[in-house]
Amino acid sequence: MKTSVIVFPGSNCDRDVKVALEQSTGGPVDMVWHGDSELPAADLIVLPGGFSYGDYLRCGAMAAHSPVMREVVARAEDGVPVLGICNGFQMLVETGLVPGALLPNAGLKFVCRDVHLRVETSQSLFTNGYESGQVLRIPVAHHDGQYFADGDTLERLQDGGQIAFRYTAGETPGPANPNGSTDDIAGVYNDRKTVLGLMPHPERAADPQHGGNDGRALFDGLVTALS
Amino acid sequence: MSSREEQAVLRNEPNVTAETVAEHGLSEAEYRIILNLLGREPNLTELGIFSVMWSEHCSYKSSKIWLKTLPTEAAWVICGPGENAGVVDIGEGLAAIFKMESHNHPSFIEPYQGAATGVGGILRDVFTMGARPIANLNALRFGAPEDAKTRHLVAGVVAGIGGYGNCVGVPTVGGEVNFHAAYNGNILVNAMTVGLAEADKIFYSAAAGIGNPVVYVGSKTGRDGIHGATMASAEFDDDSEEKRPTVQVGDPFTEKLLIEACLELMATDAIVAIQDMGAAGLTCSSVEMADKGGVGIDLDIDAVPQREDGMTPYEVMLSESQERMLMVLRPGSEGTARAIFEKWQLDFAIVGRITETGRFTGRLDGEVVFDIPVRPLVEESPEYDRPWTAVEAPAELAPITAPMPHLEALQTLLGCPDLASRRWIWEQYDHMVMADTARRPGGDAALVRIHGSGRGLAIATDCTPRYCRAEPRRGGAQAVAEVWRNLTATGARPLAITDCLNFGNPERPEIMGQFVGCIQGMGEACAALDFPVVSGNVSLYNETNGQAILPTPAIGGIGLLDDLRRAADLALAAADEVLILIGGDDDGAGGHLGQSLYLRELLGREDGPPPAVDLAAERQNGDFVRGLIADGTVRTCHDLADGGLLVAAAEMALAGGIGAALDGPEGAGWWFGEDQGRYLLAAPPAVGEDILARAKAEGIAASAIGRTGGDALTLNGGAPISLATLRQAHEGWLPAYMSGP
Repeated sequence: MKTSVIVFPGSNCDRDVKVALEQSTGGPVDMVWHGDSELPAADLIVLPGGFSYGDYLRCGAMAAHSPVMREVVARAEDGVPVLGICNGFQMLVETGLVPGALLPNAGLKFVCRDVHLRVETSQSLFTNGYESGQVLRIPVAHHDGQYFADGDTLERLQDGGQIAFRYTAGETPGPANPNGSTDDIAGVYNDRKTVLGLMPHPERAADPQHGGNDGRALFDGLVTALS
Repeated sequence: MSSREEQAVLRNEPNVTAETVAEHGLSEAEYRIILNLLGREPNLTELGIFSVMWSEHCSYKSSKIWLKTLPTEAAWVICGPGENAGVVDIGEGLAAIFKMESHNHPSFIEPYQGAATGVGGILRDVFTMGARPIANLNALRFGAPEDAKTRHLVAGVVAGIGGYGNCVGVPTVGGEVNFHAAYNGNILVNAMTVGLAEADKIFYSAAAGIGNPVVYVGSKTGRDGIHGATMASAEFDDDSEEKRPTVQVGDPFTEKLLIEACLELMATDAIVAIQDMGAAGLTCSSVEMADKGGVGIDLDIDAVPQREDGMTPYEVMLSESQERMLMVLRPGSEGTARAIFEKWQLDFAIVGRITETGRFTGRLDGEVVFDIPVRPLVEESPEYDRPWTAVEAPAELAPITAPMPHLEALQTLLGCPDLASRRWIWEQYDHMVMADTARRPGGDAALVRIHGSGRGLAIATDCTPRYCRAEPRRGGAQAVAEVWRNLTATGARPLAITDCLNFGNPERPEIMGQFVGCIQGMGEACAALDFPVVSGNVSLYNETNGQAILPTPAIGGIGLLDDLRRAADLALAAADEVLILIGGDDDGAGGHLGQSLYLRELLGREDGPPPAVDLAAERQNGDFVRGLIADGTVRTCHDLADGGLLVAAAEMALAGGIGAALDGPEGAGWWFGEDQGRYLLAAPPAVGEDILARAKAEGIAASAIGRTGGDALTLNGGAPISLATLRQAHEGWLPAYMSGP
């Protein structure tokens, strides 16, 4: 399985997701610099977390307009699976590859802690390693992760099974929903469920010695689906 | 602006007068040295250069003679104080590079940017030496919670640390926070960074190679931060907030690019020497590089990338704009280096050459605008043996009467500002980026995995300023010992420390006495524990209107864990384990309450002597506990510190969600005394028997003091207090305080 991680100036979870991908795929991962003119052939494209271009504008907005993203969008439209984590999710909403918007957290503060996620469906490339309704413990770390979509969009997302993960109650301190996201939404798919954007960091939960192991099945599941 | 007009600006610079000398913080005597050294009057730019180089912040003129007394060597020390950061060998071809630095004065004036640029500065000190930063910590001191400014300062400092560290992608994994009225007018923001490098690829700052290019990379130079080093070397008064324009503005995105670009260039052989531009900017970095290499530097001011038009040489040389580095390159490698920095969209400019003149010279449009001999600028900087008076030893504490039942006192203590949970703070820091954080914040020490291995670094910061004020020598020793103990409690072998020495005005003999006492105590502890100082920073003049802070020698230490899977944790892991106290008096009847949190929080008193620091017992107990962890006997361990035994037991219970029944004497001293060199362990009963036997054989005080289980704490079979109640007190205070008006 060939995987590409796009590295933007200011990306800072690129190495972390590379390690998690290598662990699951057993193979090398292409790190693609945003300025490279060629995007290698890939079975999966990953947009990592971080602060692309400093995120001094709306988060992800600059990256969404970078030349490499035109190619990412084209590949996604051809059906190549794309995973956007945190800043990568922000880029996905900015490009319109997934619906909705990500606003500053309701508490107006950066929040880094474990949250609990309910897997809304196991019927996807990304979640086939989980059971529907399974609850995962995975960390978040963001300042602008409040998912927002208008009523019609939410209805469409719900009806189309495009809601991937919802924040749910667990034993961690603090409110279940860490950022005020509408309808507790933590991650969404595009309408073909080939693109997933989520705020929590599964790559930080793919190693029991670090943040737990509940994120590992997401990467393993991708390997199952795409190999 | 044309060069002709630029010259006119120069000529319009005011002449150097007695007032300008005083405004630059130089004494008449210091100015006379300058006249002698130059053989003429300095121009304004030269005066500016002398003033920053000879500021307390850059020259350590009041502290140098005492700093020299600290132990700095051990077999594993690769580089001690004097470089950008300290370097220790951690085996397997790797080195840990670390330092702690203050950003106190700017953070009081503009908390967000002051704290943010403090983080940026310490990161640069570490990656300048070739290390990838892997962890940030911070030691913070704020005024009393009820002071009108405290809430705003806490919010700003925390947001600034997070804003910078989260963006550069280095996890903020630990630290400490104290509140005390003595910091109302001078908060302390001490930032620490730890990095990893290959042990044979450390980069130093000594310039070399006559004719080699001097290269400037990073952000452009602006007018921000001019005279920051001078501000950091003066007391505050009521008008200090007008100094806001001297606070620099941080750009963590540029810092992130600078880290990546520098590390990329460091993988080649292009760099001869490298130094970050911190306090006193281009001046200090050039002069230090030239002095260490015994060479001269000639700078072309026109070539310095500038953010604003019409900057004078004075402004360019004194600017403290952030995210800039200076390096000396091997001739012929300019092209490689330029390509890397252009890839990362950073400025790259050849701004000078190494010369054989031994002089620091600068030219504007070909004309020399400053010309100073390097060696005297550094070596003949003033050095003061300031008069000091020893702090009078406090009277012994008379026996006290407990004002309330111990479990109620515990509830109060767990929710007091100095002991309440810091979750509100560390949840605003990305403490997990880089995916090597082996222990979340809140334990005795942070644990960070050495990437790609099973080994880890334990990192902790500590200082108990109330002890340092009461008895500086004991306080200095205790600060070092407590860091050593925190590292030991995880099972790590302590390696070395960095110090950040925050004090008041050294021109006052009583403040200088605090400084001298603390250094003496630190030195004794470093020597006894084989725990040398490898880097550090001094911040003096932390006073407002004559009110000094508590003496605060913040210590940051690192230790090595050979196998992270064996690391001990403070959280109780199972019910029906026995709790064992290591250290202290065998009879357990005593307990030292002088200067304790119990005394302060429950009786409103800050008196008595601080607890004694028996360094031999500290070492013996610590080595014993570390051995138990290393051989797999003990998995649950916590050191005893603020609040004493009962607070430690409660912290272990809360972290594990398991209660305990404890037994001991009735007196408050046993439960809340802050006697040093102690640990609390938990182990299955049979293992506990073994531990007690081994302790006895080694002559170490150890006793079983309780049993784990349930969801409450009880003392001597009395009425319990639920963990839920304690948790509410512990977790509730800071969020409630911060949401106040």
